[in-house]
Amino acid sequence: MSRRLITGNAAAAWGARLARADYIPAFPITPQTEIIETLGNWIDHGEMPARMVMLESEHSMMTAAGAAAATGVRVFSATSSQGLLHAMEMLYAVAGWRAPLVLVNVSRGLASPITLESDHNDVMAARDSGFLQLHCASCQEVLDATLIAYRIAEDPRVRLPMMVNLDGFYLSFTREPVSIPELDEVRSFLPDFDPGSIRFRAGRPISQAVAVLGGGPYSYFRYESHLAANAAADVHREVVMDFERIFGRRYDAIETYQCEDAEIVFLMIGSFSTKARAAVDALRDAGEPVGLVRPRLLRPYPAEDLRRALAGKRAVAVIDQNLSPGHGGTLHCELAAALYGSDGAPPVLASFVGGLGGRDITAAEFFEIAKVTKKAADEGVTPEPRLLFQESELREVRKLQAIAHHERGLTGAEHVE
Amino acid sequence: MYRIRFHGRGGQGIKTASRILGSALFAEGYEVQDAPRYGAERRGAPIFAYVRADRAPVYERGIIDHPDLVVVTDESLVQVPAAAVMTGLCDRSVLVIASAAEPELWQQRLGVTCRVLTLPPGPGEGAALMGAASVGAAAKLIGQISAANLEGAIRAELEGLPSDVIERNVGRALESFDSFESHAGCVSEGEALTRASATPPAWVELEVEPTSISAPAIRGEATSEQVQTGLWRTMRPVIDDSLCNHCSWICSTLCPDAAIDVGSDREPIIDYEHCKGCLLCVAVCPSHAIVVEPERAVDEHRSDP
Repeated sequence: MSRRLITGNAAAAWGARLARADYIPAFPITPQTEIIETLGNWIDHGEMPARMVMLESEHSMMTAAGAAAATGVRVFSATSSQGLLHAMEMLYAVAGWRAPLVLVNVSRGLASPITLESDHNDVMAARDSGFLQLHCASCQEVLDATLIAYRIAEDPRVRLPMMVNLDGFYLSFTREPVSIPELDEVRSFLPDFDPGSIRFRAGRPISQAVAVLGGGPYSYFRYESHLAANAAADVHREVVMDFERIFGRRYDAIETYQCEDAEIVFLMIGSFSTKARAAVDALRDAGEPVGLVRPRLLRPYPAEDLRRALAGKRAVAVIDQNLSPGHGGTLHCELAAALYGSDGAPPVLASFVGGLGGRDITAAEFFEIAKVTKKAADEGVTPEPRLLFQESELREVRKLQAIAHHERGLTGAEHVE
Repeated sequence: MYRIRFHGRGGQGIKTASRILGSALFAEGYEVQDAPRYGAERRGAPIFAYVRADRAPVYERGIIDHPDLVVVTDESLVQVPAAAVMTGLCDRSVLVIASAAEPELWQQRLGVTCRVLTLPPGPGEGAALMGAASVGAAAKLIGQISAANLEGAIRAELEGLPSDVIERNVGRALESFDSFESHAGCVSEGEALTRASATPPAWVELEVEPTSISAPAIRGEATSEQVQTGLWRTMRPVIDDSLCNHCSWICSTLCPDAAIDVGSDREPIIDYEHCKGCLLCVAVCPSHAIVVEPERAVDEHRSDP
């Protein structure tokens, strides 16, 4: 084992390398490209015996990934943002094939307007695809989650593709100390892929997921995927126990920090949750009983774990780095559905939307979120959803609007009312 | 925790500098987080990078609001509001500016009370070594990094580059490291995060606004013409009239930026204000009539009296 500073992207590449991925269909997109570059470099120098193929789009990339997985080889790929959306049709198709593979998504906000920086709308768009999802908060977790994802995806009780998500910039381009395990250790955790019945061969053609009309067979196959996804919760529990036994690092479906005696709890996913953790430390120093709950596993949704962790809390502040226009934050909605009617469900679920398009969430904002949520618990009134957006930011936007207005006048473009 | 920000321009090795400093601190037993942050991925654009180092695991992330040390490798950035060089400087921060001017002058100009130090560029030294010089300075000012670990971090980071490049960078970094001896260790670790020291955010309620201003349309037309993408070029295609057979369509059609027009005599005309220097035209010209010249040579030739 060596411990060194590597980026989240390099950690993802190490995950694929240590998992001995056989086939890597690829298409470059910022901020994911470093993963493919790193793997390509290893393959070129004979350090990784894999086959990499550059496809002409993410749609083809995902088709190739699913087709290769259907032959029984271990497949890895990575994408981001618009790329994930371009692959969306095939995400659903490949999951329906029950082809196990691991796709790393480097989260980046979606157009329009276009951005290169991180938020979770891309990965949230894929939440109903049948891909299982693990969300990472550190570079170490990216490497470990990639290994864990293969074990779950390939388990005969599951046989579904799995996505590992890391935040663009905040993890993808950020170096942190990462323990890179030895290949032998990884082999004992993740043996070579035993494809079982998955063995498509060109010489013995079969049809993968033919048309089924009438609704009955369709309902059966879709619901089987759902049940397999649910079954992945138990498989995840076993796999992470195994992981902890071998590597000493523990990855429960949800991370809880200072939660046991907490009255107010932050709930969020991804790398910004470590900022929440730092804020919890500062709030604890100031005498505030605040905790943090971070789902790692988002599909299957860890409803039971969340009900248990949040039972008896006075209030939860859900911080969504995504936005469903016309509805609000997705995590907030899903948590409300999981808690409704359960014993000890917190009476107040406050919704905060922030960190969109790489926008930072400051420590001061975490403190304010805790304050607003505590007040809501004291008064028993759930506050209106809050966008984390400050006066100084609005002033910047007003400046841009003034320039745009001026430029429109110069070019004679029509106003769209 | 040490919180350090580097500011510079794309191409000056700011990302590399932050990684070298991070690696050196890691070698000294610190838990480290380092990251670059940039918008446009191109030379000359303002970028910054940050390094956090602590004896305990680092959970803070993202932009450093209260830096202990700020290193600026391009003095012209100080006046660029978007570069936000001065953000969060306080009395106990240290500001290092790559500049031939005196530190006192900068202190007056900027009206700051923190310690200001300057990093004068070496004689005839271009931007290429500023990253190395600034990381040497930062390492000495932090005072926790040995020369050996600094050198080791540079060699590891630059591995694979020609050996003369590596030696030049090591030499420049160590020279800078030594030159700040009298300020060794003047950067101190910042306080842990506390609620008491935080200013509550001034959140605003957004109202629904007419789409004439709330849809992200900047201009109706002519945007690509107004952006001088020719500035991005490092090499330029030049047409050799004696070889061009005026086929008139191959280079002009295949130019991905529509930067080659065709004149009345079917001669191709390159629009250097917008040609990005991809050199695709050079590759496709059947009569090899397009040659490549480095931009710098063109500039020098032009400035010849």
